[in-house]
Amino acid sequence: MAGNISTLAYVAKHRQRRSLSDPAWVRYSLIAVALLFVGLFLIVPLASVFAEALKKGIGPYFAAFADKDAQAAIRLTLVAAAIAVPLNLVFGVAASWAITKFEFRGKALLISLIELPFAVSPVISGLIYVLLFGAQGWLGPYLGSGDHPWFGEWFNSLDIQVIFAVPGIVLATIFVTFPFVARELIPLMQVQGKEEEMAAITLGATGWQIFWRVTVPNIKWGLFYGVVLCNARAMGEFGAVSVVSGHIRGQTNTIPLHVEILYNEYNTQAAFAVASLLTLLALITLVLKNIVEWRHRRAVEAASAADIRQFTT
Amino acid sequence: MSIEARNISKHFGSYTALNNVSLKVETGRLTALLGPSGSGKTTLLRIIAGLEFPDASAEPGGGRVLFHGEDVSHKPAGKRGVGFVFQHYALFKHMSVFDNIAFGLTVRPGKTRPARAEIASRVNELLRLIQLENYGSRLPDQLSGGQRQRVALARALAMQPKVLLLDEPFGALDAQVRKELRRWLRQLHEKLHVTTVFVTHDQEEALELADEVVVMNQARIEQVGGPQMVYDQPVSPFVIEFLGNVNRLAAADGRLHGSGKDVLYVRPHDVDIQRNHSDEHALRARVLHVFSASNYGRVSLERVDTGEPIEAEIARDRLHDLDLKQGEEVSVVFRHVRLFPRGKFTEADLRNGQLSETRPGYLPAHGAGENI
Repeated sequence: MAGNISTLAYVAKHRQRRSLSDPAWVRYSLIAVALLFVGLFLIVPLASVFAEALKKGIGPYFAAFADKDAQAAIRLTLVAAAIAVPLNLVFGVAASWAITKFEFRGKALLISLIELPFAVSPVISGLIYVLLFGAQGWLGPYLGSGDHPWFGEWFNSLDIQVIFAVPGIVLATIFVTFPFVARELIPLMQVQGKEEEMAAITLGATGWQIFWRVTVPNIKWGLFYGVVLCNARAMGEFGAVSVVSGHIRGQTNTIPLHVEILYNEYNTQAAFAVASLLTLLALITLVLKNIVEWRHRRAVEAASAADIRQFTT
Repeated sequence: MSIEARNISKHFGSYTALNNVSLKVETGRLTALLGPSGSGKTTLLRIIAGLEFPDASAEPGGGRVLFHGEDVSHKPAGKRGVGFVFQHYALFKHMSVFDNIAFGLTVRPGKTRPARAEIASRVNELLRLIQLENYGSRLPDQLSGGQRQRVALARALAMQPKVLLLDEPFGALDAQVRKELRRWLRQLHEKLHVTTVFVTHDQEEALELADEVVVMNQARIEQVGGPQMVYDQPVSPFVIEFLGNVNRLAAADGRLHGSGKDVLYVRPHDVDIQRNHSDEHALRARVLHVFSASNYGRVSLERVDTGEPIEAEIARDRLHDLDLKQGEEVSVVFRHVRLFPRGKFTEADLRNGQLSETRPGYLPAHGAGENI
């Protein structure tokens, strides 16, 4: 059977029927238009980032990262991502599991809520947190130091600051990257259905066993890609973080905010050098994605190759 | 282990999937739930398995599923000791055939889980049983439909279930594989004697494979009985129409009547065609089409008086002897008929002998009665 399929694939690959394809000039001009578009809008900007960053040579390029404030920005970005991504991973998996494997009231509402951060402008997301946790916000008075009777001595002494501090940046990042994992998983899990889980139930597996041994292996590539996207956004988020950050150098600046400051100070070369870090992150994300897909494809091909061997020997 | 379902109803929103259905399956039997799609057969199977739960029943003791007299209604599927084979197999895609079959054993809690070697030997034994000994390391994607079906069955059998439930086991397979697998399942059942219930919409499959056929329609059970019984003594127009081809002729007052409200049913193989016109009461029909490229000959006819179509199945030798011509007028004789007064008929009427589907004076040829 597999032999037949690979033969068919071979025929399809090597003997395209002329009647089914467009004339050569149509094909080539379409390819040219596509290449031109990709070149103009993707390749040229990408190249310009590195060109600007390396304009003054390799020394100044690395000097941009030696700066104390730049290092603080990188550290803060990593911290925010390290908190936001795992939380959204757990949340995304739990939400997709609930939405695709169970029937319950308010499912549509939950789906809309998950997508809310996509619909809301990031600046508004930041403002929401300012309104909630800012000094004049709804919850602000209960967070800062002072003497409010409700929470007692211990709480007052904590002096939690959310806005213009790291917690605010982390919260804003979580909010903005909220949907990525769930959005990646829900369609995948909907296509897969719940039959395998049902089968596992009839075979006596417990909920955990079903999750780890049946569901996770089925969604692992989608999950990985969701996490990669979530991470890229967590590190690259500008709008929401900008509103809650307060732009305190060396303390509440993330990489994108640091780039902005450098650029506004006409320090173009340093701005592009730091920006190239984010560009590299994007490239790594793409490479990772392709490796994942390639490995997956290779596993499938290896499996069918073994199949053919068994048929021919 | 016997299975009993008592007064089961199931609604999905405003849709009624099962309407007060009761069913008893004896130990060791092979039972078919037969019906068109939407008749509730799969829902009933899933309720027996514990994958769905019935609505609360108004009847005392109703809405329950009993295995060997023990109420299992509140047991989850994994604790009922049922093996379930899904319509699309639901094999674990990322696991080898071996791991698929071993799954039910490896997820058992520590105390009851067999040792690794024992699991391996049991899986290998099952691989032999399903004739896939050398396929243990394959992934499900590398198997054909029939092979996957057998793996799904082995996976269900690995936990030595007392009840085996199969949802449309051959639905997704092509005709040839289907026939082979059917025969194989019958043999397997004779070997293992596990109480088995399978769902199908294919009457041929149900009649050929099952010890007992449960005919379902519109959320209810129409008839329960052996294959011979449901075929020869259908209790309702639905059953007779669902189990194979049948001619419908309008009748009234026990006679054929073009505008009658009753319905006379005749199976095509109970229709005979004759040339002699000796009987003046004989039904006259015109030959429309003769088709003999089959193991029996098929003749399409049309009643001369009312224009009602009649299909006949006739042995090829006889068809050859008759040498029918298109457009020719012939006499038609029914060997066996059933009559259902439409709308007035109930199951209770039939049981009480109130109705006789072959009334005297009914038949067009040779007077009356069955089997003339």
